[in-house]
Amino acid sequence: MNYRSNLEKILSENKFAVTAEIGPPKGSDSTKIKMKADILRGYADAFNVTDNQTAVVRLSSWGGCFILLGMKLEPIMQITCRDRNRIALQSDVLGATANGIRNILFITGDHQSFGNHPNAKGVYDLDSIQLIQIVNDMRNQGVFQNGEKIIAGKPEVFIGAAANPFSDPFDSTIDRLEKKIYAGADFIQTQSVFNLDKFNIWMEEIRSRGLDTKIHILAGITPLKSVKMTERMKFFVPGVDVPDAIYDRMKKAVDPKKEGFDISLELINEVKKIRGVHGLHITALFWEDIIPDLVKKSSLFPRS
Amino acid sequence: MIITKQKEFSDLIKNISKNPVFIIGCSECATLCHTGGEEDVLSIKKALEENDINVTGWVILEPACNLQKDKLILKKYKNDIGKAKKILVLACGNGAQTVAEIIDGIEIIPGCDTLFLGEVKHANDFEKRCVLCGECIQDLFDSFCPVARCPKNMLNGPCGGAKNGKCEISSDIDCIWDIIYKELKKKGQLNKLKQIQKPKNWSKSTETRRII
Repeated sequence: MNYRSNLEKILSENKFAVTAEIGPPKGSDSTKIKMKADILRGYADAFNVTDNQTAVVRLSSWGGCFILLGMKLEPIMQITCRDRNRIALQSDVLGATANGIRNILFITGDHQSFGNHPNAKGVYDLDSIQLIQIVNDMRNQGVFQNGEKIIAGKPEVFIGAAANPFSDPFDSTIDRLEKKIYAGADFIQTQSVFNLDKFNIWMEEIRSRGLDTKIHILAGITPLKSVKMTERMKFFVPGVDVPDAIYDRMKKAVDPKKEGFDISLELINEVKKIRGVHGLHITALFWEDIIPDLVKKSSLFPRS
Repeated sequence: MIITKQKEFSDLIKNISKNPVFIIGCSECATLCHTGGEEDVLSIKKALEENDINVTGWVILEPACNLQKDKLILKKYKNDIGKAKKILVLACGNGAQTVAEIIDGIEIIPGCDTLFLGEVKHANDFEKRCVLCGECIQDLFDSFCPVARCPKNMLNGPCGGAKNGKCEISSDIDCIWDIIYKELKKKGQLNKLKQIQKPKNWSKSTETRRII
């Protein structure tokens, strides 16, 4: 079988995948990405490069992905619907795949009002589900959104999407995942899991609808670095659910960094046991150097 | 209704800068918004006069966006308008432009910012309901419009950022997808939301410029 990417190969062979996020710098210094990538080399199968995450201007996702490709690392390019219309989005997919990017994750994107240019005009010509369907048609049918044929080269993309098991209304989180599957998504990275009970209920519903066999689900893991970060995640970041029990543990901890690490380890060990979870997606915000230890201690190393 | 908000009085004063001014209001939306009705025009008139600005006259158009009607009404005020160096229009952006089309050679100052097409919920409480997209599809969503009411125009369900039913960008507005889900669940019609809604034809709003 000819796989488009290493990530596709691992997931298709039913191996447990690990992906990790690399947030690009607020500037053009490529060494920042290279340093993070060097630390993570060997500890994940592919690396997400975010697309102006939280609507803060950073080095572009494709720019970051090219740097990783140059280091012989496999990127997962993220593309949001916030900043581009369907013309630019389709064009970027072609440009990215022509340059060797094989995994692309499509999201609607954080609203511009949260970022550092709140006066910007949000585009939202498409939502993530529509975009996934368009890219799936480009890939499988060789047509653009307008129905015109792609003349020279269908984009060979392994299509990723996001899901948030912790948002309301509950039915909508499953419905949207289902739509993403029908639209053509191949893998899902979830919002960071802190509330294990809720995640289990969500996975149960996923399994009862038979969706776990139709898509590869990677559970999100975010190590908490401090009480301040826990509070930010709990009270301010939209869509994140940090239960009181975890918040209390972080507050009472003598060494919050160690506590945060231990909590992540426990969550990973629990998440690994859940039927239908095919991997982890680790997002260590400004704490990427903790990922190697986390992967080693979870018996997910070496990656091969 | 077209929802407007009066510009800051200090900005209006600055823009008028001691010149004689004629004030134009509107009998429709701006009256209901309390931004350009008779009461509002008179209160601005008083405030301007207190700032030593000569108000040469005023009129309420019925409504300001009706070109032919405006022409007839404004003809009667030719003298008062002729004495003015500035025309202050307390109406929506359309009203101000229609007035500008009729009155030649006198600077037109828009006195209001035009915000959205919305509902009067209570007195002075307005909420966006329509973005004039040119292709009404609210029947697909139990008569709620996510195109207008979701800040991300999501057509295939909520973005996942809402908290306790409130939109992630402002706790003053309800997540419209939360409402759609609740209402359809009540009616046992959640299956209505299973179908993938295709990309919208935005050209119907952005490129439709005239209907004759």
